[in-house]
Amino acid sequence: MAKTDFEIPKLEHPVKIPAIMEGASSHLSIHPANEQMKTKLGFPEKRVDNWQETAIAKLGELKDKYRSLKIFLDVCVKCGSCADKCHYFLGTGDPNNMPVARQELMRKVYRKNFTIGGKLFGSLARAEDLTEEVLKEWVTYFHQCSQCRRCSVFCPFGIDTAEITMAAREIMDSIGVGHKYSLEIIGKVHDTGNNLGIPKPALTSTLEFLEEDVKETTGADVKFPLDVEGAEVLMVVPSADFFSSPHVDSLVGYAKVFHAAGVSFTFSSHASEFANFGMFVGNYAQMQKIAGRIVQAAHDLKVKRIVVGECGHAWRVAYSFWNTLVGPFDFLDQAHPAPQHICEFTNGLIKRGALKLDKSANDEFTVTFHDSCNVARASRMGDTPGGQFEIPREILKATCNKYVEMPEEVNRERTFCCGGGGGLLTDELMELRVKGAAPKAAALKEMMDEKGVNVMAMICAICKAQFTKVLPYYDIPMETVGGVHQFVSNAIQLGDK
Amino acid sequence: MTALSAAFTVLSYCAAGVFFGGLLFQLWGYATTPSPLKIPVTPHPTTAAGVVKKNIIALATFGSLFKGNRWTWIGGYAFHVILIFVFVRHLRLFINPVPPLLAEIQPVALLGAMLLPLPLIYLWVRRKAVDRYDYISSPADHFALALLLLIGLTGLALKFVAHSDVVRIKEFLLGLVMLSPVEIPAHPVFLCHFSLVLILAIFFPFSKLLHAGGVFFTPTRVQVDNPRESRHINPWGN
Repeated sequence: MAKTDFEIPKLEHPVKIPAIMEGASSHLSIHPANEQMKTKLGFPEKRVDNWQETAIAKLGELKDKYRSLKIFLDVCVKCGSCADKCHYFLGTGDPNNMPVARQELMRKVYRKNFTIGGKLFGSLARAEDLTEEVLKEWVTYFHQCSQCRRCSVFCPFGIDTAEITMAAREIMDSIGVGHKYSLEIIGKVHDTGNNLGIPKPALTSTLEFLEEDVKETTGADVKFPLDVEGAEVLMVVPSADFFSSPHVDSLVGYAKVFHAAGVSFTFSSHASEFANFGMFVGNYAQMQKIAGRIVQAAHDLKVKRIVVGECGHAWRVAYSFWNTLVGPFDFLDQAHPAPQHICEFTNGLIKRGALKLDKSANDEFTVTFHDSCNVARASRMGDTPGGQFEIPREILKATCNKYVEMPEEVNRERTFCCGGGGGLLTDELMELRVKGAAPKAAALKEMMDEKGVNVMAMICAICKAQFTKVLPYYDIPMETVGGVHQFVSNAIQLGDK
Repeated sequence: MTALSAAFTVLSYCAAGVFFGGLLFQLWGYATTPSPLKIPVTPHPTTAAGVVKKNIIALATFGSLFKGNRWTWIGGYAFHVILIFVFVRHLRLFINPVPPLLAEIQPVALLGAMLLPLPLIYLWVRRKAVDRYDYISSPADHFALALLLLIGLTGLALKFVAHSDVVRIKEFLLGLVMLSPVEIPAHPVFLCHFSLVLILAIFFPFSKLLHAGGVFFTPTRVQVDNPRESRHINPWGN
């Protein structure tokens, strides 16, 4: 077990609701963005002098631009249904991590400045000025929300804390108080085309290496093309797929599927990143700009289709937002959904019998599936509601003999966040990430002990990175983490062998 | 007209004005604020008809709360069902003559309406007893519960303890509705009950009670999940 200066939660499934402990995670705070990161994205380089007025004005602007925000700030009845649904509350016991309490951090400022009750009755209505103290709470607790939407599933009015967190981060950026992690990454994606800051030569040599490696192990000439004009498909993946483990095993899986299907594809060095951190910081313009690179690449490379890799929040942005942000996609082949998820692509081939799969290649694994929050609760795959649950499972069942379902209370729309989503996958928040992972890790541990599960497959780059890092804190080996397409990669029979 | 009647008449019209005006203002605000992006919480229907059906079921069952916490659901659901009985019970005071069907169901409506204090007391105790709910509760939350409970208790007192002349009350209410006000029955319990209702009417549009209208506008629930099939336009986007 890794050494820590905090207490590792004891894993219990189903997770126990903790007694509230005020301030339990108030010490966990983010590294602020530096001046260069902020100015690069058009945010003030340091906290503006009239930051309170600026922030209130921004809140007023956002509530008039987003119906969600306006309604969510008004209609909560504080029934408490969400109170025990957040993985960070369950992991830390800090009451400000109850979704309703997190929302209240913004609501109290909203009331003070925008509602009659708040203006007339002040603290009786829980209305408060945006003081230095309140801003500190905002910085702390709006960076302890992974925007996973689990709370909204249980809310009678569908109040989605993610909408409030995004607005809060947008307000903080607008007064010059931003999070280093997210702003730095957004800077990199503009500079290099990807979040990791990988320059084109490094990308080229990685892809060449992968080609040779697959040739060696399978004998097949599986291509990993970059910037090939006229390819049928533009493949956009989270950049971790190029360099991180286990991500890269799924990347190999995508390439093998294209090879087996006889569909030409290409990566793009201009848009070598699928992730879109513009969403995490609630910035519409950034989200649009980041998404725009991909459409630009599709035009430049004259592709007919866009297929995207295993990434959760990016799939939300692509599936739900792209058409609005950077659509319409009428320049692409209308016979296919745009964008299309690689799981939709692969499962379509499997259903047509177009892939030869040897399930026994995965016999050393007993596999379960982790629903990633943005896929589960903010997107769809296929034609029917819930396809985002069934399609990846169908792929796993088609490629593995031993597949086991996670317990219902942590599965599908009720899935728990990995603990690292929403722009929180950063070292300074390690304690939060470890504690926030506890509810899902507990379910996994039980599956491992009782059902012999030794791999948890998932289709999110952040989930993969987070779990490989934090599961060892719970004595669960990092090798337990896998991507769905790595099992496709193992099972697929390439004709030329 | 007595000073008391004049005061209550004026207050009644003011409260009604604040209630309907406030409600309209708030809901108009929701309706006219743009939804820049598609944000339904999935899985979610892919057709408008599916969304309507899902929301009717949600309204009829409080399914999300049921999933979230059954003990809160029991109290909340019971309260809202009882509100329907209370509504039916009071409708006869605003309609003349009372339609036969409405008259016939009055005993049942009374039976249901009588239970109003029970879920309110239950929810209030729960709010204090569970540390999470106590933490999130503000004076405004307690005020809403107190107000509703007092309205219920004074209402029951009118029926069972300090019996009032319901015919005169009906004349007064119909007078208000028909814009030809008459004297208010100077029955102390009725005056309490009626005053509390006026306070509720004024409180309603500017409080969390607005959830009753807001729920019909929540993008996470009322949007259709078809972003790839049909391009959603952001009115302020480019």
